[in-house]
Formats: sequence, C-alpha cells, structure tokens
Amino acid sequence: MARAVSPRRKWSFTVLAWIVALLLFFPILWTILTSFKTEGDAILFPPAFLPPHWTLENFVEVQDRSNYFKHFFNSVVISIGSTLLGLVITVPAAWSMAFSPTKRTKDILMWMLSTKMMPAVGVLVPIYLIFKSLNLLDSLFGLTIILMLINLPIMVWMLYTYFREIPVDILEASRMDGAVLWKEIVYVLLPMAIPGIASTMLLNIILAWNEAFWTLNLTAANAAPLTAFIASYSSPEGLFWAKLSAASTLAIAPILVIGWFSQKQLVRGMTFGAVK
Amino acid sequence: MGKIVLEGVEKTFGAIKVIQNVNLTVDDGSFVVFVGPSGCGKSTLLRLIAGLEDVTAGKILIDGVDVVNTPPAKRGLSMVFQSYALYPHMSVRSNIGFGLKMAGRPKAEIDRKVEAAAATLNLTPYLDRRPRALSGGQRQRVAIGRAIVREPKAFLFDEPLSNLDAALRVQMRIEIARLQDTLGTTAIYVTHDQVEAMTMADKIVVLSAGRIEQVGSPLELYNKPDNLFVAGFIGSPKMNFIPGAAAGDPGAATIGIRPEHIAASRDSGTWSGTVTVAEHVGSDTFLYINAGPLGDLTVRSVGEMGVKPGDRIFMTPEPGRIHRFDPAGHAIVAAH
Ligand SMILES: Nc1ncnc2c1ncn2[C@@H]1O[C@H](COP(=O)(O)OP(=O)(O)OP(=O)(O)O)[C@@H](O)[C@H]1O
Ligand SMILES: [Mg+2]
Repeated sequence: MARAVSPRRKWSFTVLAWIVALLLFFPILWTILTSFKTEGDAILFPPAFLPPHWTLENFVEVQDRSNYFKHFFNSVVISIGSTLLGLVITVPAAWSMAFSPTKRTKDILMWMLSTKMMPAVGVLVPIYLIFKSLNLLDSLFGLTIILMLINLPIMVWMLYTYFREIPVDILEASRMDGAVLWKEIVYVLLPMAIPGIASTMLLNIILAWNEAFWTLNLTAANAAPLTAFIASYSSPEGLFWAKLSAASTLAIAPILVIGWFSQKQLVRGMTFGAVK
Repeated sequence: MGKIVLEGVEKTFGAIKVIQNVNLTVDDGSFVVFVGPSGCGKSTLLRLIAGLEDVTAGKILIDGVDVVNTPPAKRGLSMVFQSYALYPHMSVRSNIGFGLKMAGRPKAEIDRKVEAAAATLNLTPYLDRRPRALSGGQRQRVAIGRAIVREPKAFLFDEPLSNLDAALRVQMRIEIARLQDTLGTTAIYVTHDQVEAMTMADKIVVLSAGRIEQVGSPLELYNKPDNLFVAGFIGSPKMNFIPGAAAGDPGAATIGIRPEHIAASRDSGTWSGTVTVAEHVGSDTFLYINAGPLGDLTVRSVGEMGVKPGDRIFMTPEPGRIHRFDPAGHAIVAAH
C-alpha cells in the first residue's frame, strides 16, 4: 500500500533530492564547463561559472597532442575484458556460496571483502615486480587481469546477494530434471539472475573504467587507458586546467552515456530483492 | 521399472540425527506415502532418495543399483515440489519439456510428448503462457506434467497439494492417484494430511523423530497399529487412550479405543460420564466426555444424537476393537 504523503512533505523531499543531486553532479558539470573555456578564463578569480568565451580549442589540442581513440580503445578492452573474465570466475563462486553454503561461507565473504580495505599502495611493489618478471608491464592483458582481481570481491558480493534471492527449489527442480551443474547455471540460474548480473557488470565496468591507481602505475605508452590520458595533462609542463578538463570530459563521456541509458537497469539491479 | 530400497539410511545435520537407520522397500509401481508430525524427517528422507541431500550412512538402491554417489540429475527420478518450483522465465511448454531437453531428445519428440502431457492435464490452452500467469492449480498441473513427461523410474512428491484450497485439493488428489495408476510408475508421496495418506497409499510409512514407526497398508495401520504413536497418529479424531487398570484390564498398561468404536447411549453401558462438548456436524455427532477415572474420551456417533453439555451418557466399547499396549507403548498381540 502506498502511503499518502502530504504535498508539502513531497515538495521538501523533492527540493532536498535536487540539492543532493546537484552537489554530487557539480564537479562533473564544472569539469565540462571548464573544458569549453580558454586557459586564461579557466583560472580566473573569482571564477566565471559559464565560459566567457566558448571555445573548442582544448578538444582540438588534446586530440592533436595525444591519440584519444587509442586510449579509449584500451579503456574499453580492459573494463569489458576484466568484467567478462570476472564473471567467469565469480558466477560459480557466488553460486556455491549462495546455494551450498558451509559454516565458513560468511567468513570467506568477509575475508574477500577485507582485501578491499587494504591500501593498494601496500602491494604495489610486489605486484610491480611480479608484472615485470612476467613481462606484463604496460600490457592490456596484465591490466585486465589486475582490474579483474581488484573488483573480484565486489562482484562476488553482489552476485551472492542476488543469487540468494533465487528460490533454491527451482535449481533443485532443474537437477531433478537432469540438468548437470553447468546446464543448471546456464539454463536456469543465469536467466533468472539477469537483472542482478547486468547491474554487477555495469558497476564493474564503471569501476574498471575509472580505476586510476593500477592503470597509472602499470602502464606506459602502449596500454595506457583514458585515466592515464587525463593524468598526462597534469604533469611535466604544469597544470593546464582547461585541457585537463577537456581530456576528462572526453574520458568520462562514454561511461556517462552508458550510465544514463542503463540507469533504470542499474537502479533495478541495486534494489533487487528489496522490492518484490 | 522403479524399485527403491533403503538400507540403514542415516542423515545428520551438524550434530542432529534427523534420519536414523531407515530400512524400507518401495515396490515397483506402488504408491507409498510418508506421514508423520512436522519436523519428523519426511522431506529429508524424500530428498535423500532424490539425491538433493547426501546420506550420512546407508545405501539407497534403485532397481538394485546403489545410487548414494549418483547426482540427482542421473538418478532418473522426478520430483514435484510443494512450491511448484516452475522455471519462471520459461513458457509452460518449455517448463514441461525441460527434462527432455536436458536429456538431449530430438525436438519433434519433445513437442509430441509435451503436447500429450498437456492434453492429459488439461493444460493445452496455457502452453505458451509463463507460470506467473497461471492459477495455483494450473501451476501444480505444470509441475506434474514436468514430472511425467520424463517417464521417470519414480515420482517423488513433497506435500504437492498443501498450497491449494480444499476443493482443488480433493480434485488433484484423485487426479494424481488416477495418473499414477494409469502410468504404473512408482510414487513416493509426503503429506501430513491423513485423508490423502489413507486414500492414495498402497503402503503408508509412519515416521517419528527420524525413525520408521510402522509400515503397512492404510487399513493395517488403522486396525493393527504396532504402537501408541501409530495408534494415536492414524485416525481422526484421535484414538482414546485409557489406563489399563482403570478400564478393568490390569494386563495392559494402556488400552486404546477409537471414537467410532464406542457406542453411546442415554440408558446403559459399560462406562459412564458427562458430556462436556457436543459437536453436531450432521452426518456424525462428536461427543467429548468426562469419564471420571477413565479420563476424557471422544465418541463418534453416526447421525444426529440429541445430547447437550452436562448430559449423563453411557458408553460401550465394541468388542474386538480394543487395542492393548504394554508399558513401553508396544501393542500386545493377542496369542492365537
Ligand atoms: N539443511 C538442514 N540443516 C539443518 N537441519 C535441517 C536441515 N533440513 C532439515 N533439518 C531438520 O531436520 C528435521 C526434519 O526436517 P524435515 O524437513 O525433513 O521435516 P518434515 O517431516 O518434512 O516436516 P514438515 O512436515 O514440517 O515439512 C527438522 O528438525 C529440521 O529442522
Ligand atoms: Mg517437509
């Protein structure tokens, strides 16, 4: 039953929601606006909200100085690659934790999550050395692996939560119907878990797309994704705010578009189980 | 073919023994019903046979082959779940045909068998619907259809009718019994509904706390219960238990007499008491009687009987219908 909400309450919630949304969105908006300013206007004080002189020169120069499409391609490969590879590992893992739990399952989940609490810089040196000796430095393959690994706990957690919502009877029915494990997963579990899997994939792609620590530290010219492309505008010759903003805008544009079109799916996935 | 034999089957969950040393033979083509109070292990025993749980000890033989290490997918049994457990993302057609698809049967054969099963179960108009667009009774039929198309060695039912309303339950009960009879497939059926057990079973297995108390035909259990538990569990209303000494039978610790085997009279009888509650249901009258040293007794009298609470009443047990039990609760079998 929907509870009746008084119009005044409804208004105040709407206003509050807008304030929060604007606060969250403001940095992105500011970046986009700055990318259309001249370098001079970008560092004006007090700052100008709208560009006093709209210009596209930052974008032109960014594309001239570095190859956006190459970095874009790298970002696509590692974010989608790490997500798909991650699914291959986490779907069976989450299946076993959700449907044949043992006394230790909760501990294992906690332990997996705890690795996310470890500062990445703490393992930078060993990982770097391992990558070096395996010749994985500055390779798309190496980056895909490392991004898959760092997002593994989140994927397992999300999938585990979604799978737990699926009645185990239905999986048992498929076993009685003669489905062996992989058929049970492919024909019964996955189709029923599509909303959950889709939102896990989306979140993981976004996380991988924006990941900057490992991508910056383990790449040079070849495998650098968009994060490294942005970073290259804040180094040797000093800070160029407008160009940095243009690079950032270019980098976040694809993911912003994907996020916009899939927001329904994302929200549905994240509240899966909370609403029946 | 589908003879199922359990030999010394045990199951523990953690430290709790849920199934204790169960030995049972389910003959090919027979309809066996597991009954017992809630939590006695009926579902667990069924799931052990299905392979959905692993046995802790013992053997399960299907047609002479021990299957304890065989996964459920390979045991060749079908199961109908209480929750129906239909695949929500598939049409009725795909739900029923799923088992055949898993077995890699050709599409033409699947279509033919699914349509035949649907016709038997009056599901033809719904073949292209999703389960969520069906009523409870229709869903249950789909679950049954899914079980029969595979031509399994046996059907396993876990309280398949308990989510249906009373009228539908009676109808489905008759349908299941008729279907099983026509197909001649072995069936194991879990229920806690006495009427289902008595009417459907060739053989009833009474379970209590993970043990088999007695196995027998419905009338054997009714007429010759092995012990107090079975005597009290089978039959409704429950059998009356009276201390032997009070009933004038010092040789038995307890005697039992069913409510329908006591004749009530206003004038004379072996025992006497005061009516506390009289339930008039038309076909029968149920009397709850305070019979002093004998305790509280229930009497079922056929037809209308004009008595009301507070009336004095006399009772006469039907000779030959008295069950006698020793102090350990075992039936004392009359020496012939
Ligand atoms: N997975 C499990 N882990 C631990 N204990 C369990 C598990 N499954 C069942 N049990 C226990 O085993 C006992 C028997 O359970 P079971 O479900 O077989 O009972 P039942 O006879 O089917 O009861 P009902 O009539 O209520 O369905 C119960 O005490 C139950 O708590
Ligand atoms: Mg049960």
